Amino acid sequence: MEYLLEALHVIKVFGTLKVNDDVTLKVKPGEIHAFLGENGAGKSTLVKMIYGALQPTSGEFRWMGKSVTIPSPAAARKLGIGMVFQHFSLFDALTVAENIALAMPGAFDMKKLSERITRVSRDYGLPLQPTAVVADLSVGERQRIEIVRCLLQEPKLLIMDEPTAVLTPQEADQLFVTLARLAGEGCAVIYISHRLEEVKRLCHNVTILRHGKVVANVDPAKETAASLARLMVGGDIHVVKSAREDQRGATRLKLDHLKLPADGPFSVELKNVSLEVKAGEVVAVAGVAGNGQSELFDAVSGERSLASAAMLAIDGRPMGHDGVNARRNVGAAFVPEERLGHGAVPGFTLSQNVVLTRHSSDEALVKSGMVSSGGAAGVSQRVIKDFDVRKGKPDPEARSLSGGNLQKFVVGRELDRKPGVLVINQPTWGVDAGAAATVRQAIVDLARQGSAVLVISQDLDEIFEIADRIAVISRGELSEAYPASDLSSEKIGLLMAGAHELKETLHAARA
Amino acid sequence: MRLVLEKRAEASTRMAYLSPIIAIALTLITGGIIFALRGLNPFTALYVFFVEPLTTSWSIEQLIVKATPLAMIGAGLAVSCLANVWNIGAEGQLTAGAILGSAIPVFFPDFQSPMTLVLMLSLGVIGGMAYGAIPAFLKNRFGTNEILTSLMLVYVIQLVLDWLVRGPWRDPKGYNFPKTIAFSDWQMLPQFKLIPDSIGPIYINLGAIFAVIAVIALAFMMGRTLKGFELRVQGVAPRAGRFAGFSRERTVWFCFLLSGGLAGLAGICEVMSTVGQLQPGISPGYGFTAIIVAFLGRLNPVGALLAAFALAISYLGGESAQVALGISDKTARVFQGILLFYILACDSLILYRLKFLRSTPKLAEGGA
Repeated sequence: MEYLLEALHVIKVFGTLKVNDDVTLKVKPGEIHAFLGENGAGKSTLVKMIYGALQPTSGEFRWMGKSVTIPSPAAARKLGIGMVFQHFSLFDALTVAENIALAMPGAFDMKKLSERITRVSRDYGLPLQPTAVVADLSVGERQRIEIVRCLLQEPKLLIMDEPTAVLTPQEADQLFVTLARLAGEGCAVIYISHRLEEVKRLCHNVTILRHGKVVANVDPAKETAASLARLMVGGDIHVVKSAREDQRGATRLKLDHLKLPADGPFSVELKNVSLEVKAGEVVAVAGVAGNGQSELFDAVSGERSLASAAMLAIDGRPMGHDGVNARRNVGAAFVPEERLGHGAVPGFTLSQNVVLTRHSSDEALVKSGMVSSGGAAGVSQRVIKDFDVRKGKPDPEARSLSGGNLQKFVVGRELDRKPGVLVINQPTWGVDAGAAATVRQAIVDLARQGSAVLVISQDLDEIFEIADRIAVISRGELSEAYPASDLSSEKIGLLMAGAHELKETLHAARA
Repeated sequence: MRLVLEKRAEASTRMAYLSPIIAIALTLITGGIIFALRGLNPFTALYVFFVEPLTTSWSIEQLIVKATPLAMIGAGLAVSCLANVWNIGAEGQLTAGAILGSAIPVFFPDFQSPMTLVLMLSLGVIGGMAYGAIPAFLKNRFGTNEILTSLMLVYVIQLVLDWLVRGPWRDPKGYNFPKTIAFSDWQMLPQFKLIPDSIGPIYINLGAIFAVIAVIALAFMMGRTLKGFELRVQGVAPRAGRFAGFSRERTVWFCFLLSGGLAGLAGICEVMSTVGQLQPGISPGYGFTAIIVAFLGRLNPVGALLAAFALAISYLGGESAQVALGISDKTARVFQGILLFYILACDSLILYRLKFLRSTPKLAEGGA
């Protein structure tokens, strides 16, 4: 048996869209094999078929040389295929051991299981406390549960879907050690990512997908990050140009000891967040997912009202009590993380979605309570033209657009107003490289024209590309904003881990 | 062979209009089968049920009488449901409106002027709104589920009505029948001749005109105004609604007051026309049937007007089937239930398409 898993001419069609087009690839035992590609290249669909969650339209899979069909994830696990999804399926209110027990087939002994969890987690450098309640754990620790859950079933192939997206740089390093050790024991790993440095560092083999097709199968050690990127995108990537002249003006957005209580058992409380964003600069808030980013966005946008008006000021006006439209009316604009269902109504056309955020600030859109569909269509056409939004119909429903094109529209809709203050959460989450470059360039250009821009992002590469100053959010606390040139990803990683741990390490060092 | 639902890229407009037609066709087929199982000729039975009610001018008049409250309530419910506010208690708001409006003739039987009419109608609307305000308040204040509270309140107000007409509001000269005094003159809705004697004659009352006005006004609101936009956003994407700065609480109030007010108006119009007094049974379940009207009418006020006629036929058909075929007039409710079931099922075809797959997936580890 030379290959553990082979995919031969696999095709998957959704409606009229060929998501995987004649994909052929081979994975050897003990190999860390990267699937590299932009969002929408078909990586997730491919692994979902390997894991049995989807069925190929045509083509064949071979497992240890034998042709197989994998009708369900249960069948995949039986074959020895484990998968760690990007979005964890854990019950927050249960303990680590209980969560793992839920996934075990047949009867089990809780005590023995806890012992096994402790042993496996220790052996692979994934420290876990079986009795800990999931709600209290960090995202990195939650990911460990998912990995241990797979390892307990002694897989021959482990699939990891963008595992480092939710980790601090230090946590990612720890994960790489574990994966290398697994591979050393003969377990194959399929590693999905679009982070080139990581793939170069960790993987033995790279299959690059573009528009559903395999475009290359290369040895990452012999490639540069730039050559991998070219293969992935199919051309050169636009580099964001930002004249980094320090022409900082007056403070346009000010958060002053902003506090916001948690509004649910799993929401994060914001504690004393202070930040100033001046005219002409881009300030980024870095942090691992789930540390208060969405709460910060809700507080700044006005979707949740603040206890005191002075906690938030726009151009010197205290606006903590004002709602999202009042803040828009004084020149602020907001782009939330979730495009569909938050930033845009999926079933509404693009021009109707223009009305969604601009009905209060644009006098031309609503006249004496009546919506002007002509006015909305005009704005929508302008945004589509300026931001090169690709679409099938003149005024399609938002949900029919690809992620990148919808993001260009949602960002463009706000930038078209020339806002004085822009707050944008995860500007390029799940967006292809071309659209991401367009959006980043537009953000930088807006700042250079005198606006204040606050970017909340989990993508460090993105942050270093566009930010003038960087603050880090951790467990609802925001660090001081440091000039981007003073920070390295290591330092940000330490800040991400939280001020508490930093103090603890300092104490430990002194002791 | 396998049947799968495959998601469409965009909602199908064609299916949105075809779905109620398919649903009606499936209802007729199912109804025919039920009649056949009961030993009746399905074609005769369906004819008696659905066609006969349209053959005389008297029955067309009755059709309009029955369609009036259905359209009025259905249009209000359509707007509510579209905004994701589930008012299941229109029957109760109808009753509350009828009770409050009837207070005028009960307490001031001799007060007769055009103002009587205006006052009774206004009190009807206020009664419906006030009763609709209860679930709205409970939802906004305590987060209760409005489906449950509004539905349970129906039975409360029906018992109140029962108590009133058997107790304090009973007609002293009414031989102990559970009813109030009979309304007269300005306590009744004026009638208009819609179609002249030479063809009809067909009379309609003021309620039908209110229903048409309500439908047009709501259609305009939903189609053109920012309020309509707000309600539609709240219905399909509440998070986006919040991002747009629309208040969910305000929407809950608005929808309950609107649909409750229209239900109250329908209630007072019923007692001021067909019934002519307050008694325990003032509505054959119009408030519940109006939910079906709203869905059959695509949650569109104009659609609700058309759907009201379809459901009105089922009421009349039930009556004529009772006479001609000797089956219970509850059959009408069976038809209404089947219809709602099929509409909801067919609506999934708006976002999904049906596809037949030839191959069935083999189980794990097929031959090499």
